[in-house]
Parts: sequence; C-alpha cells; structure tokens
Amino acid sequence: MTDITKEALSPPRSFLSQDAIQLFYRLLAVFLICAVLAVLNDSFLSLGNILNVLRQASLTFFIASGLTLVVLTAGLDLSVGANVALSACVAGTVIHTTGSPALGILTGLACGGIVGLLNGIMVTALRIPSFIATYGMLWVLNGLTYWYMAGETLHGFPAGFRQIGSGYLFGLPIPVYLLLVFLGIGTLFAQRTIWGQEIYAIGANPVAARLSGIPVTRRLLLVYAVSGTMAGLASIIFLSRLNSAEADIGESLTLPAIAAVLIGGTSLFGGVGTVFGTFIGALILTLVLNGMNLLAVSANWQPLVTGIIVILAVWLDMKTRRRAQ
Amino acid sequence: MNASDEIATPPLLELRGISKTFPGVKALDDVSFALHAGEVHMLLGENGAGKSSLMKVLCGAYQADAGEFFYKGDKVTITSTADAQKLGIAVIFQEFSLVPYLDIAQNIFLGREPKGRIPGTIDRRKILADAKRLLDTIGFDIDPSVVVNTLGVAQQQMVEIAKAISQNARILVMDEPTAALSDRETELLFALIARLKADGVSIVYISHRMAEVFALGDRITVLRDGRRIDGVRPADVTPDQLVRMMVGRTVDMTYPRNFADKPGELLLQVKGLTSPTGISDINIEVRRGEIVGLCGLVGSGRSEVARAIFGADQVTSGEIVFDGKPISGEPDIAARRGIALIPESRKSEGLALLRSVGDNLVVSALRKLFPSGLFDPRSGQRTADGLIRQLRIATPSARQTVGLLSGGNQQKVVIGKWLAAGAKLFIFDEPTRGIDVGAKSEIFALIDRLVAEGAAALMISSEQVEICHVCDRAYVMREGRVAGHLARNELTEENIVRLGMHHA
Repeated sequence: MTDITKEALSPPRSFLSQDAIQLFYRLLAVFLICAVLAVLNDSFLSLGNILNVLRQASLTFFIASGLTLVVLTAGLDLSVGANVALSACVAGTVIHTTGSPALGILTGLACGGIVGLLNGIMVTALRIPSFIATYGMLWVLNGLTYWYMAGETLHGFPAGFRQIGSGYLFGLPIPVYLLLVFLGIGTLFAQRTIWGQEIYAIGANPVAARLSGIPVTRRLLLVYAVSGTMAGLASIIFLSRLNSAEADIGESLTLPAIAAVLIGGTSLFGGVGTVFGTFIGALILTLVLNGMNLLAVSANWQPLVTGIIVILAVWLDMKTRRRAQ
Repeated sequence: MNASDEIATPPLLELRGISKTFPGVKALDDVSFALHAGEVHMLLGENGAGKSSLMKVLCGAYQADAGEFFYKGDKVTITSTADAQKLGIAVIFQEFSLVPYLDIAQNIFLGREPKGRIPGTIDRRKILADAKRLLDTIGFDIDPSVVVNTLGVAQQQMVEIAKAISQNARILVMDEPTAALSDRETELLFALIARLKADGVSIVYISHRMAEVFALGDRITVLRDGRRIDGVRPADVTPDQLVRMMVGRTVDMTYPRNFADKPGELLLQVKGLTSPTGISDINIEVRRGEIVGLCGLVGSGRSEVARAIFGADQVTSGEIVFDGKPISGEPDIAARRGIALIPESRKSEGLALLRSVGDNLVVSALRKLFPSGLFDPRSGQRTADGLIRQLRIATPSARQTVGLLSGGNQQKVVIGKWLAAGAKLFIFDEPTRGIDVGAKSEIFALIDRLVAEGAAALMISSEQVEICHVCDRAYVMREGRVAGHLARNELTEENIVRLGMHHA
C-alpha cells in the first residue's frame, strides 16, 4: 500500500493501546466464564476448586511461558512435551540413585536447558526452520526416553520433594507461588530488559534486527534454552506432583501449551504477545476444562472445545489488529 | 498527435472529478485525467500527492467516492479490478506478482493455460510457442521455459509486461518501473515503451526521475496534496518549474553541503577486501568529516562492499580497520564499534514495519541507553521523542506504527536509530530511493550536519547528480572491483559513467 493511503487509513490513536484492548477482552472472557460457571455449578466458586484450577493452570503456564518467548521470535518449540518427559525421567533417576532432591532438580533443569540449547543450535547454526528442528527433536527425545525407561515406571519420591507439587504454604498450593514468581520474572524479562526488547525486534523482522546490530544468533539460543529450561522446571513439578515418572507423560502437554500461547494473544508470526497473555490463556483453557468436568460434560468433548477457543481467539485478534491498521 | 486530433477523437480513457476520502485524509480531490491512445502520460508528485491512489482508482483496486469514467467517450464504471481488466487496463507494480517457481510461459498464461488433448492437462508445446511469440513481439529474447526466480528484476518486469500484453492490455500503468534497473536495462525498457506506443498502447508512468519525465513523456500531469495542479507538455516546461509545481514552493535542487577545508583523521580503512558475494580486492578509505561516494552500475558490487564492511556478509580475505583497530564479525560488533548501515530496502531490512516509531528508533541504542540491561519504556520514549523533534519526523507520536509513515519519514527513522546509537560511520545504500524531492534535501542536509560534527559517511547512489553534488570524492566500482577514484574536482557524471562502464 502506498504512503498516503496508509496514513489515511490509520485511525486516530485511541488512548488504549492495541495490547491493552486485547488484554481487556481476555480478562472479560475469564470473568464471563467464571460468572457462567458460578451460576451453573455451586462448587465452582469453592476455594478448593479455585486452587485446583490455579494449580492446573500453573503446569501449562510453566511450559507455555518459555514457549511464548520462542513464538515471539516467530519460532515454535514442538519438543517441550517430550522434553518434560525426558527431564522428569532423568531427574527421577538422579533422585532415586543419589537420594538428593536438590541434585535431581538441578539435573532436570539442566537436561531441559541443554535440549533447548540444541534446538537453538539447529535453528541458528544449521538454519533449520524451528518447526522442523523441534519436531525432529520431539521424536529424538521420545526415542531416548522410551529406550531409557524401557517400559519401567519410576515412583516413590522423598516427602520433602513431593511438597513442591502438592504442598501448601499459607493455604495456597506451592505451584501457585511458583506461578506468580515466574509470571513476574517472565513479564519483567520480556518488557523491562533490553534482551526482551531485542526478542520482540527479532520476531518483528529478523533481517532488520540483525542489521540493527542485535546479536540475533545469541538471542535465539537464549530463547530456546529458556524454553527448554522451563520445560525442565515443569518436569520437576510434574514429577513431584504425580510422585512418578513414565516415558509417555509428555505426550499430552505440548498441544495445550501452544493453545495457551495462542489463546493468550501471542502471534505465531512473531513480535506480538506477552507472557501475561499466556498466563490468561492457560487460565482460560483450564477454566473451560474444569467447568466441563464440573458440569459432567464428557471428556471426549474437551479437545473440540479447546480447538474452537483457539480459532476464535486468534480470529478475534486478527480482526482487531486489522482494524487498527 | 496534434491539437486538432485531440478534438476529433475523444481520449482513450478519461477520469473526471475523481475524489476519494479515507478517514482523516482526502487522498484525491476532484482530479481529472485524460489518457490518449499511444501516449506516455507521466504522473508526477511527491510521495503522498495521490499518484498511487489515482492509479488504484484507475485499476479498480479502490472505488472512487465521486467522479466519472469515460472510455472512448462512453461513460463506464470501474468498481473492481475485473472492470478495469475488461477495459484493457493493466498495472505493472513495483513489487512483481509473478510466481517465482514457475517458468516464464507458465507465469504469462497463469489461469488461462491452453488445454491439452487429454482433459485436465495443459498443452505444454502450445504454451511455450505462444509465450515465445509474445516475448518476440516485445523484443525480449529469452527461452520461455526459464524459471522466473532465476531472472533479474529487469527481466521479471519484461515478463510482467508480456503477461499484460497477452491479456490484451491497451493501457499499461507503470509505477516507478526503473527504480531497480541499471542504466542499460533502463534503455531496454525505454525501447520497449517506444515499441508499445507505436502499437497504440497507452502508458501511465509514475516516476521520481526528472530525466525520464522529459525523455519519455508526451504529457505530464502533476498532483499535489490529492489535487491535480496542472497538465503540461514536456516541451513547455523546465525541470525547475515542474519541481515547483510538485512541492508548491521553490526547492533548491543543488543539495546543501558545507565542504570542510581539510579532511579529518582516518576513520575507515579497507584493505584488499574480498568476499564470496563477488567483490574482490577492495581498497577504500574514509576520513572524519567526509562524504565518500561509492558509485557504479547496479550489480557492480556496491551494496556487497557496504554489507561486508558492516559484517552482514562473510569476508574471505582482506582487512578492515575502523577507528584505529581492526574489526571483523557480525553486524552487532560493527554496530557496537560505531558503524551504521542504512540499507537499500528500508521496509524489508531497515525497519520492523509493524512496530512503533519509538521501538524502531531505540532498537540499536538499547545497550547504550540502558547499560544495566534493564529497559525503561519511559526513558526510551523520551529518547524517541527527542529524535522525532530533531529529525522533524512527521508522525502523530512515537507510538505510531512505523509502516504507516511516508518513505521519507521512514528513512529518517532508520537514520535516527543510528543517531541514537551514536554511530561514527554512516554507510548509506541508496538513501534517497523512493523519496520525494523535499525529503531528499532534508536527508542530505542531515548527512551534511552529521559529517560536520565529526562523523563520516560512505554513500552508495545510482543518482550520479547526487553523488556529484554531495560527495567530497568517490570510488567507482565495476564488476566487483574498484575501477577508479575521483577527487572532488574530477567528480562529474561523465567521469563516473566512463569509469563504471563495461569495456566488453
């Protein structure tokens, strides 16, 4: 489009930014879902249920928050679920053999981080599109985990370690504290550090970002490593919550994490989105599933509903964005 | 065609009283425009004058709010691109609409392929023969089975034109068709235009280059602020008069430049630079306070030299010394040392179009502005506001999406981000491409001020007039090598052309 038309088509700037409007819609959606569920079901508003929702949302959020950074750079990490499985099994083994939860946690985080770094190397040094690199990594990690576990299940971990996933502090589940901490760290990192700014710039136009003097390769490595490390963190929560680890625990994690990112308003084309949005996305996803459970809707319907919400959210975002341009 | 003909035959296409309003801006205001058969009609105006809007109304991409269309004297309506196509109107856009992985013949007949004997198949032999015949008629000697993405810009343009002709286009609209062409390719295009004219095809031609307007135009329509200012014949006006019509004020065509008495200290020294992109043994020096030109034909390796110095392309051998110390590596290292690249294609390489003016202005200065690594949006905003004022960037605020600004203002944003970063050497690659006359002067005044304050500039330009006016001296490139050096007193268009020409 030419200069005059573009200038002509742009509406007067409203006092609310694009991001603020999108966030407002999402909070409204959360409120409406809660209102409807509260009317339809008495137990929805019970403290136990709300804490349960938050705890479930936290698991999705840990994986999805790291993934958000990857998606902000216009990449995708399909290996997060498989990474959780491998990291959980490795961490579980370390705890069993050494008896030290601390060592296990460190190994889990490191395992996740190294996998992420390998993804980053494939994307930057080998220039494999992230979708394909991490898709391949998904199979590699699955293969490693199945071979390593050989059909066994690890279970029975020290009580102290199990507190991380299922314990309470001042009446709130510990994962909820962790959720708040990482929500804060993630938001600060993306919005208030120069690395965060550079990540947005890379997603918006990688060529221009490089020619603007941003060390694109190093930032991408960082982003994939963070995504992997967050998967590692999720694996620890998972392990401690379930008190067991199997090779196939990751298979149901990747797609919901991507759904949370998309429902949260982060664009797959990069450069647009927030970590807080992803939290709201995880919350919406969990609320809907929780509501369906409470209303005794068959679990078979859940994937269908998730799919519709994702499509709806992305469509609405594109519509508001198009109107703004 | 003489005056009596015009009265006898109605124009091929006439637009009367066209208006088009977008929220907040009147893009076209009561514009009339008549195109006669077999003429080249130049459309002149600064960016934002309404040329492109008029073109879009003409080809049915926009619907006019008011106004009438007449085809050979009969009233017609153009409310869709299909309407325009039926009237034989075709647009050759700056960004080509060819399918890169199909061959020339397939592109020309896309969607209209001759059917083969077996239903559902394409008669490959016929499509190639038809394409060959078509290419011959426009004087383009090439095998129609060549895949389009192996073609250069000029050749792709030829294919676009062939495609339009194959659709029986009688009116071709060309938007800055020579913008990406070398001198030789431009000549070929001009020859083709002459041939099309002889066949009675009419051409609406949008250009920013004065020389073309006089070389090609049969008639000139000048637009300003969405209004038609005047319609003239080239013989009746001077370039200065045209510029005055376009900008509505007198613009100094000699660009402002305060030449320093003696050059400053050595800032950049390139020794024997060779890169896999096709440049070899480049030796260049730039001193503080200088604007050094880098000329030569398109494809002679000018941009490749710029990219190699900035670290954007690999270097196989040679040395680059900047500010007394050798430099090598990725662009982030060059940027940190104080080298800036203002790339040729602003939109794809210079800016994140969907981000705000403010975001784009501070992106290269993040490390300098926030040494702790913590980003403060308010302080970033202040820096951006300062640059917007200093560079007089026309934007409602720092929060405006940068893609919505005009070309000249976008270019100021690209320069502004390097000002914020505190760059010492500015490498400009075609800094005035697609920028209107008024903004050009401003950009050059800005470059002049930069070097007066102790920075240095290396400037690539295909506009030899600009090089001659602004540069202290210039290197001329030919086929990936520096063919010669011209001091200030030797810097003439003739010398540049002589050194840059192929001696084949």
